Amino acid sequence: MGDRGKDDAMKHRKTNLEPVMDKPESQDPMARPATHKEARLGREVQARIGQQLRAMYNDFVNQGVPPHLADLVRRLSDQDQD
Amino acid sequence: MKLDPAIRDQVLATVPSLRAFAISLCGNIDRADDLVQETLLRALAHIDSFEPGTNMPAWLFTILRNLFRSEYRKRRREVEDAEGRYAETLKSHPEQTGRVEFEEFRTALAKLPADQREALILVGASGFSYDDAAAICGCAVGTIKSRVNRARTRLADLLAIDSVDDFGPDRATRAVLASGGRS
Repeated sequence: MGDRGKDDAMKHRKTNLEPVMDKPESQDPMARPATHKEARLGREVQARIGQQLRAMYNDFVNQGVPPHLADLVRRLSDQDQD
Repeated sequence: MKLDPAIRDQVLATVPSLRAFAISLCGNIDRADDLVQETLLRALAHIDSFEPGTNMPAWLFTILRNLFRSEYRKRRREVEDAEGRYAETLKSHPEQTGRVEFEEFRTALAKLPADQREALILVGASGFSYDDAAAICGCAVGTIKSRVNRARTRLADLLAIDSVDDFGPDRATRAVLASGGRS
């Protein structure tokens, strides 16, 4: 059988990692305007978080479809539907 | 009548990502595979309720997420330290759950509340839009955005602890700011 686990339909989906602006947390009375340097550090940290999250997730995705799950889907698909 | 092979192939094509979502949610490969199996059983038993042409991944993720949540609620009554268990189970399969360098990241991810973790994974890793993620979690789009923001902020705090040297002289400044500016 073809290696359906490698199907890349899921891999070309874009991700939304840019920070969202309307955060209610900014109502915090302790909040203060971020300095330019802090903003840059924040972006670097956020970029790294996004990268690590996707790397971890893609490691799992790349494991493909375990044989017992592929068999299950094929078996149920071949049964008569109600 | 047998299932349309095109629909079957859409299901199969979604399994790797569905499984990655399950592992990321519950932190345990065996539990994740059980969860995916249960999801596939339910999905194929109710395939008539899937509208061809609509979003198959979103449909399957919704089923899995709901199964996980109902199981999670049950387990939470049994197990006090759900977060500790999550971290522990991830550690127990280092060779299966991915490369060692993600250990620190996975530990931080495990410390997030479940609703923030699932929102971050759906939007940041699975590639769903905020609208799709909100539909999967059965909540408002604004709620998803807020959860993703809180998850990112919390992860940044957790991960900065170990990478503070990367930021050099800023460390002292950050410590002062963290104490609220009091001396």
